[in-house]
Amino acid sequence: MYTQSLDLPNTDAGNTDSAGLPTEAAFLARIARDEKIEPQDAMPEAYRKSLIRQISQHAHSEVVGMLPEGNWITRAPSLKRKEILLAKVQDEGGHGLYLYSAAETLGASRDDMIDALHSGKAKYSSIFNYPTDSWADIGTIGWLVDGAAIMNQVPLCRCSYGPYARAMIRVCKEESFHQRQGFDIVRALCEGTPAQKQLAQESVNRWWWPTLMMFGPHDSDSEHSGQANAWGIKRISNDDLRQTFVDVTVPQAAFLGLTLPDPLLEWNAERGHYDFGPLDWDEFWRVVRGDGPCNAERLNDRVEAFEKGRWVREAAVAHAARHAARAVSIASEKIAA
Amino acid sequence: MSTSPESSWSLFEVFIRSKQGLDHKHVGSLHASDAAHAVTLARDVYTRRQEGVSIWVVPSNAITASDPDQRADNFDPMASKIYRHPTFYDIPEEIGHM
Ligand SMILES: [Fe+2]
Ligand SMILES: [Fe+2]
Repeated sequence: MYTQSLDLPNTDAGNTDSAGLPTEAAFLARIARDEKIEPQDAMPEAYRKSLIRQISQHAHSEVVGMLPEGNWITRAPSLKRKEILLAKVQDEGGHGLYLYSAAETLGASRDDMIDALHSGKAKYSSIFNYPTDSWADIGTIGWLVDGAAIMNQVPLCRCSYGPYARAMIRVCKEESFHQRQGFDIVRALCEGTPAQKQLAQESVNRWWWPTLMMFGPHDSDSEHSGQANAWGIKRISNDDLRQTFVDVTVPQAAFLGLTLPDPLLEWNAERGHYDFGPLDWDEFWRVVRGDGPCNAERLNDRVEAFEKGRWVREAAVAHAARHAARAVSIASEKIAA
Repeated sequence: MSTSPESSWSLFEVFIRSKQGLDHKHVGSLHASDAAHAVTLARDVYTRRQEGVSIWVVPSNAITASDPDQRADNFDPMASKIYRHPTFYDIPEEIGHM
């Protein structure tokens, strides 16, 4: 995954004032000393709330992120690709779990977080509201989307909240495989028939701009960025991360013989970076607010999967209860004997 | 959809021994219906790349932790007891390794 929208505002998560808790100044001084904050430490209420919002949005993104790729598990072109994709999607489920657990250390309830996702109240990364129409999209997602996610997530390994930082270290270890398997898919297509290469090109054309949007709004329009910086949650700005991503990706596309769909993309020797064209922020906000190509479908699929899995969770509870009861009755038989 | 069965799944802390001969180390937590279930889930979540050879799970509410507000009282006194460390003592060069 996939962290883009994690500093996007939720309708219900306002900043409360931190009266009664250790002074903001003392807390900021701890952060400035690069001390990690742990679950039982005192922290401003706004810090706690902001982290819960960010970590739960991040967790939701991992979980919803399984859907576009899950779409191709049964249709992967070979057994090897199918095994790899299954492993990748399973990782994303694990990432969701690490992150929900991190949010729970702040006092958030798992049920509440899942309710918020399923009711449409919670946000997740806008990238997963785009369709995966061809097998090439699975390659592009791994290469570009997971690539962008890595760029977002590596700085979070140093974030001030201990459980979040530790979860991100675990996640980042696994993401590298995601990006490489995606690149490998795209590369196989590019080295295949002209029709296969065209499939790859069309896919990159579709995903390039939405991927750049994963880094979130411009720094100047990002309402949580300043505070997140001061709290040691966000270490590198959206625009800087986006620029780094463009700079490393352009040569990769060139290696593959693919073009990127931006006529303004050009090396700027003076800046030492690639210049690139403006993003369609109207599209970005439309997708974030629920009007992307697949928002409704993703939520429906998520809720349906949750409901279809209900009997399994209930069976696990019944099984555990029966085991516990049996253990008690064996113990009392022993006492009686 | 207010009460899901997760409400009756309790929270477990997971500890993994990464290699024979090393300590079990805390790696994270998860929800499970009982301890045996937690071990199964921990295997799936935390050892997908051979990260472990052994798993412990402990109900989270069974853990008693030191009070972070007492951190200074608990741990600062040791800062002045540097004579507990071998590096406190000068060993003449002629003696060599000791
Ligand atoms: Fe992930
Ligand atoms: Fe990933």
